[in-house]
Amino acid sequence: MSTKIIRDYIIPADDFAVAGEASSDVRKILSQLGVSPNILKRTSIAMYEAEINAVIHGHGGKAHVEIDENKVFIVISDEGPGIEDLELAMQEGYSTAPDSIREMGFGAGMGLSNMKKHADLLEIDTQVNKGTTVYITVYFQ
Amino acid sequence: MTLANLIDKYGFKVLTNSNEYLSRTVTGAYACDLLSHAMAKLNMGDAWVTVHTNLNVVAVASLAEAACVIIPEDIEVEQQTISRAEEKGVVILSGSASSAEICYEILSELRKTV
Repeated sequence: MSTKIIRDYIIPADDFAVAGEASSDVRKILSQLGVSPNILKRTSIAMYEAEINAVIHGHGGKAHVEIDENKVFIVISDEGPGIEDLELAMQEGYSTAPDSIREMGFGAGMGLSNMKKHADLLEIDTQVNKGTTVYITVYFQ
Repeated sequence: MTLANLIDKYGFKVLTNSNEYLSRTVTGAYACDLLSHAMAKLNMGDAWVTVHTNLNVVAVASLAEAACVIIPEDIEVEQQTISRAEEKGVVILSGSASSAEICYEILSELRKTV
Protein backbone atom coordinates (compact mmCIF):
# COMPACT_ATOMS: atom_id res chain seq x y z
CA MET A 1 0.00 0.00 0.00
CA SER A 2 1.74 3.17 -1.12
CA THR A 3 -0.97 5.76 -0.66
CA LYS A 4 -2.52 6.84 2.56
CA ILE A 5 -6.17 6.00 3.12
CA ILE A 6 -8.08 8.75 4.90
CA ARG A 7 -11.61 8.49 6.24
CA ASP A 8 -13.79 10.86 8.22
CA TYR A 9 -16.94 9.95 10.10
CA ILE A 10 -19.60 11.78 12.05
CA ILE A 11 -20.49 10.15 15.36
CA PRO A 12 -24.06 11.14 16.30
CA ALA A 13 -24.93 11.77 19.95
CA ASP A 14 -26.88 9.16 21.90
CA ASP A 15 -27.69 7.20 18.76
CA PHE A 16 -26.96 3.57 19.46
CA ALA A 17 -28.38 2.57 16.09
CA VAL A 18 -25.18 3.78 14.46
CA ALA A 19 -22.75 3.56 17.37
CA GLY A 20 -19.86 1.43 16.18
CA GLU A 21 -20.40 2.11 12.49
CA ALA A 22 -17.14 4.04 12.10
CA SER A 23 -15.20 1.29 13.87
CA SER A 24 -16.93 -1.33 11.78
CA ASP A 25 -16.02 0.48 8.55
CA VAL A 26 -12.37 0.86 9.57
CA ARG A 27 -12.25 -2.81 10.50
CA LYS A 28 -13.58 -3.69 7.06
CA ILE A 29 -10.94 -1.55 5.31
CA LEU A 30 -8.11 -3.04 7.38
CA SER A 31 -9.43 -6.53 6.78
CA GLN A 32 -9.48 -5.91 3.02
CA LEU A 33 -5.87 -4.70 3.25
CA GLY A 34 -4.94 -8.04 4.79
CA VAL A 35 -4.04 -6.70 8.23
CA SER A 36 -3.58 -9.54 10.75
CA PRO A 37 -6.51 -10.64 12.96
CA ASN A 38 -4.70 -9.55 16.12
CA ILE A 39 -4.20 -6.01 14.81
CA LEU A 40 -7.80 -5.93 13.57
CA LYS A 41 -9.01 -6.90 17.00
CA ARG A 42 -6.86 -4.38 18.87
CA THR A 43 -7.83 -1.57 16.50
CA SER A 44 -11.53 -2.45 16.73
CA ILE A 45 -11.49 -2.54 20.53
CA ALA A 46 -9.63 0.76 20.94
CA MET A 47 -11.66 2.60 18.30
CA TYR A 48 -15.03 1.22 19.38
CA GLU A 49 -14.42 2.27 22.99
CA ALA A 50 -13.49 5.78 21.87
CA GLU A 51 -16.50 5.93 19.57
CA ILE A 52 -18.86 4.74 22.30
CA ASN A 53 -17.41 7.28 24.72
CA ALA A 54 -18.13 10.06 22.22
CA VAL A 55 -21.72 8.77 21.88
CA ILE A 56 -22.31 8.37 25.62
CA HIS A 57 -20.32 11.21 27.14
CA GLY A 58 -19.33 13.60 24.38
CA HIS A 59 -22.68 14.53 22.80
CA GLY A 60 -21.39 12.84 19.66
CA GLY A 61 -18.32 13.85 17.72
CA LYS A 62 -16.08 13.06 14.79
CA ALA A 63 -13.66 10.35 13.83
CA HIS A 64 -10.70 10.92 11.52
CA VAL A 65 -8.71 7.87 10.42
CA GLU A 66 -5.45 7.63 8.50
CA ILE A 67 -4.08 4.31 7.35
CA ASP A 68 -0.62 3.97 5.81
CA GLU A 69 1.62 0.97 5.25
CA ASN A 70 2.84 0.93 8.85
CA LYS A 71 -0.04 1.93 11.05
CA VAL A 72 -3.58 3.09 11.60
CA PHE A 73 -3.95 6.46 13.28
CA ILE A 74 -7.38 7.35 14.71
CA VAL A 75 -8.53 10.69 16.09
CA ILE A 76 -11.88 10.80 17.87
CA SER A 77 -12.98 14.21 19.04
CA ASP A 78 -16.04 15.57 20.77
CA GLU A 79 -17.18 18.88 22.17
CA GLY A 80 -18.65 17.35 25.28
CA PRO A 81 -18.07 18.07 28.96
CA GLY A 82 -14.42 16.95 29.01
CA ILE A 83 -12.86 14.74 31.66
CA GLU A 84 -12.32 16.41 35.02
CA ASP A 85 -9.75 14.02 36.44
CA LEU A 86 -8.07 12.06 33.67
CA GLU A 87 -5.93 9.99 36.03
CA LEU A 88 -9.03 8.85 37.89
CA ALA A 89 -10.91 8.21 34.64
CA MET A 90 -8.08 5.98 33.42
CA GLN A 91 -8.53 3.69 36.42
CA GLU A 92 -10.35 0.52 35.53
CA GLY A 93 -13.79 0.45 37.17
CA TYR A 94 -14.20 4.22 37.42
CA SER A 95 -17.18 5.46 35.45
CA THR A 96 -19.47 8.47 35.34
CA ALA A 97 -21.98 6.75 33.03
CA PRO A 98 -25.63 7.12 34.08
CA ASP A 99 -27.81 4.13 34.98
CA SER A 100 -29.50 4.14 31.56
CA ILE A 101 -26.10 3.44 29.99
CA ARG A 102 -25.19 0.82 32.58
CA GLU A 103 -28.43 -1.00 31.86
CA MET A 104 -27.25 -1.43 28.28
CA GLY A 105 -24.06 -3.13 29.48
CA PHE A 106 -21.70 -0.18 29.31
CA GLY A 107 -20.42 2.01 32.13
CA ALA A 108 -18.16 -0.61 33.70
CA GLY A 109 -15.28 1.85 33.67
CA MET A 110 -13.30 -0.15 31.15
CA GLY A 111 -13.38 2.10 28.10
CA LEU A 112 -10.23 4.13 28.61
CA SER A 113 -8.27 1.22 30.04
CA ASN A 114 -9.32 -0.96 27.09
CA MET A 115 -8.04 1.74 24.73
CA LYS A 116 -4.76 1.94 26.59
CA LYS A 117 -4.30 -1.83 26.64
CA HIS A 118 -5.01 -2.34 22.95
CA ALA A 119 -3.49 0.75 21.31
CA ASP A 120 0.26 1.06 20.77
CA LEU A 121 0.00 4.78 21.47
CA LEU A 122 -2.83 6.59 23.22
CA GLU A 123 -2.96 10.29 23.81
CA ILE A 124 -5.90 12.14 25.33
CA ASP A 125 -6.45 15.89 25.22
CA THR A 126 -9.32 16.99 27.37
CA GLN A 127 -10.63 20.27 28.69
CA VAL A 128 -13.59 20.65 30.98
CA ASN A 129 -16.59 22.14 29.14
CA LYS A 130 -14.64 22.14 25.86
CA GLY A 131 -14.35 18.51 24.89
CA THR A 132 -12.09 15.54 24.52
CA THR A 133 -9.86 14.33 21.70
CA VAL A 134 -8.42 10.82 21.74
CA TYR A 135 -5.48 9.87 19.50
CA ILE A 136 -5.00 6.16 18.95
CA THR A 137 -2.16 4.56 16.99
CA VAL A 138 -1.88 0.87 16.22
CA TYR A 139 1.21 -0.35 14.33
CA PHE A 140 0.90 -3.23 11.89
CA GLN A 141 4.26 -4.75 12.87
CA MET B 1 -19.08 -27.62 15.13
CA THR B 2 -21.12 -25.42 12.81
CA LEU B 3 -23.95 -23.13 13.84
CA ALA B 4 -26.34 -25.52 12.09
CA ASN B 5 -25.05 -28.42 14.28
CA LEU B 6 -25.40 -26.28 17.38
CA ILE B 7 -28.97 -25.31 16.56
CA ASP B 8 -29.96 -28.92 15.77
CA LYS B 9 -28.36 -30.33 18.86
CA TYR B 10 -29.70 -27.87 21.44
CA GLY B 11 -32.85 -26.66 19.77
CA PHE B 12 -31.97 -22.98 19.80
CA LYS B 13 -34.42 -20.71 18.04
CA VAL B 14 -32.84 -18.74 15.21
CA LEU B 15 -34.17 -15.20 15.60
CA THR B 16 -32.42 -13.72 12.60
CA ASN B 17 -32.96 -14.67 9.00
CA SER B 18 -29.50 -16.19 8.77
CA ASN B 19 -29.57 -19.30 6.62
CA GLU B 20 -26.52 -18.19 4.67
CA TYR B 21 -24.41 -18.06 7.85
CA LEU B 22 -25.33 -21.39 9.42
CA SER B 23 -22.22 -23.10 8.07
CA ARG B 24 -20.11 -20.80 10.24
CA THR B 25 -17.86 -22.70 12.65
CA VAL B 26 -18.24 -22.29 16.39
CA THR B 27 -14.86 -22.57 18.06
CA GLY B 28 -15.65 -21.47 21.61
CA ALA B 29 -18.22 -20.12 24.01
CA TYR B 30 -18.08 -17.00 26.11
CA ALA B 31 -20.57 -15.49 28.54
CA CYS B 32 -20.35 -11.89 29.67
CA ASP B 33 -22.81 -9.02 30.07
CA LEU B 34 -20.34 -6.16 30.35
CA LEU B 35 -19.97 -5.05 26.77
CA SER B 36 -16.47 -3.58 27.08
CA HIS B 37 -15.26 -6.73 28.77
CA ALA B 38 -16.89 -8.94 26.17
CA MET B 39 -15.47 -6.81 23.36
CA ALA B 40 -11.96 -7.27 24.70
CA LYS B 41 -12.23 -10.95 25.57
CA LEU B 42 -14.40 -12.50 22.87
CA ASN B 43 -12.46 -14.62 20.42
CA MET B 44 -13.35 -14.84 16.77
CA GLY B 45 -15.72 -17.80 16.35
CA ASP B 46 -17.07 -17.74 19.91
CA ALA B 47 -20.74 -18.23 20.63
CA TRP B 48 -21.37 -15.21 22.86
CA VAL B 49 -24.03 -15.67 25.51
CA THR B 50 -25.50 -12.45 26.91
CA VAL B 51 -28.73 -11.29 28.48
CA HIS B 52 -28.46 -7.94 26.74
CA THR B 53 -30.67 -7.51 23.71
CA ASN B 54 -29.92 -3.91 22.72
CA LEU B 55 -28.35 -2.71 19.48
CA ASN B 56 -24.87 -2.51 20.99
CA VAL B 57 -24.77 -6.30 21.24
CA VAL B 58 -24.85 -6.42 17.44
CA ALA B 59 -21.98 -3.93 17.16
CA VAL B 60 -19.83 -5.86 19.63
CA ALA B 61 -20.59 -9.27 18.08
CA SER B 62 -19.84 -7.93 14.63
CA LEU B 63 -16.57 -6.22 15.60
CA ALA B 64 -15.41 -9.24 17.58
CA GLU B 65 -16.50 -11.62 14.79
CA ALA B 66 -18.40 -13.84 17.19
CA ALA B 67 -19.92 -16.90 15.48
CA CYS B 68 -23.28 -15.97 16.99
CA VAL B 69 -25.02 -14.32 19.91
CA ILE B 70 -27.09 -16.57 22.16
CA ILE B 71 -29.76 -14.98 24.33
CA PRO B 72 -30.54 -17.24 27.31
CA GLU B 73 -33.68 -17.87 29.39
CA ASP B 74 -36.08 -17.05 26.57
CA ILE B 75 -35.43 -13.34 26.99
CA GLU B 76 -37.25 -11.44 24.29
CA VAL B 77 -35.18 -9.60 21.70
CA GLU B 78 -36.26 -6.27 20.22
CA GLN B 79 -37.13 -6.29 16.53
CA GLN B 80 -34.71 -3.43 15.83
CA THR B 81 -31.86 -5.54 17.22
CA ILE B 82 -32.86 -8.47 15.02
CA SER B 83 -33.09 -6.26 11.91
CA ARG B 84 -29.74 -4.69 12.67
CA ALA B 85 -28.15 -8.12 13.19
CA GLU B 86 -29.47 -9.27 9.83
CA GLU B 87 -27.91 -6.22 8.15
CA LYS B 88 -24.58 -6.91 9.85
CA GLY B 89 -24.48 -10.67 9.32
CA VAL B 90 -24.79 -11.35 13.05
CA VAL B 91 -26.70 -14.52 13.93
CA ILE B 92 -28.88 -14.29 17.05
CA LEU B 93 -30.09 -17.49 18.70
CA SER B 94 -32.31 -17.86 21.70
CA GLY B 95 -32.75 -20.67 24.21
CA SER B 96 -34.48 -21.41 27.48
CA ALA B 97 -31.39 -22.52 29.43
CA SER B 98 -29.26 -20.16 31.51
CA SER B 99 -26.00 -18.62 30.30
CA ALA B 100 -24.01 -21.06 32.42
CA GLU B 101 -25.89 -24.09 31.11
CA ILE B 102 -25.53 -22.97 27.50
CA CYS B 103 -21.77 -22.46 27.85
CA TYR B 104 -21.41 -25.78 29.64
CA GLU B 105 -23.17 -27.62 26.81
CA ILE B 106 -21.22 -25.94 24.04
CA LEU B 107 -17.85 -26.27 25.70
CA SER B 108 -18.48 -29.92 26.62
CA GLU B 109 -19.31 -30.66 23.01
CA LEU B 110 -16.32 -28.74 21.66
CA ARG B 111 -13.94 -30.49 24.05
CA LYS B 112 -15.23 -33.88 22.96
CA THR B 113 -14.31 -33.15 19.36
CA VAL B 114 -10.82 -31.76 20.04
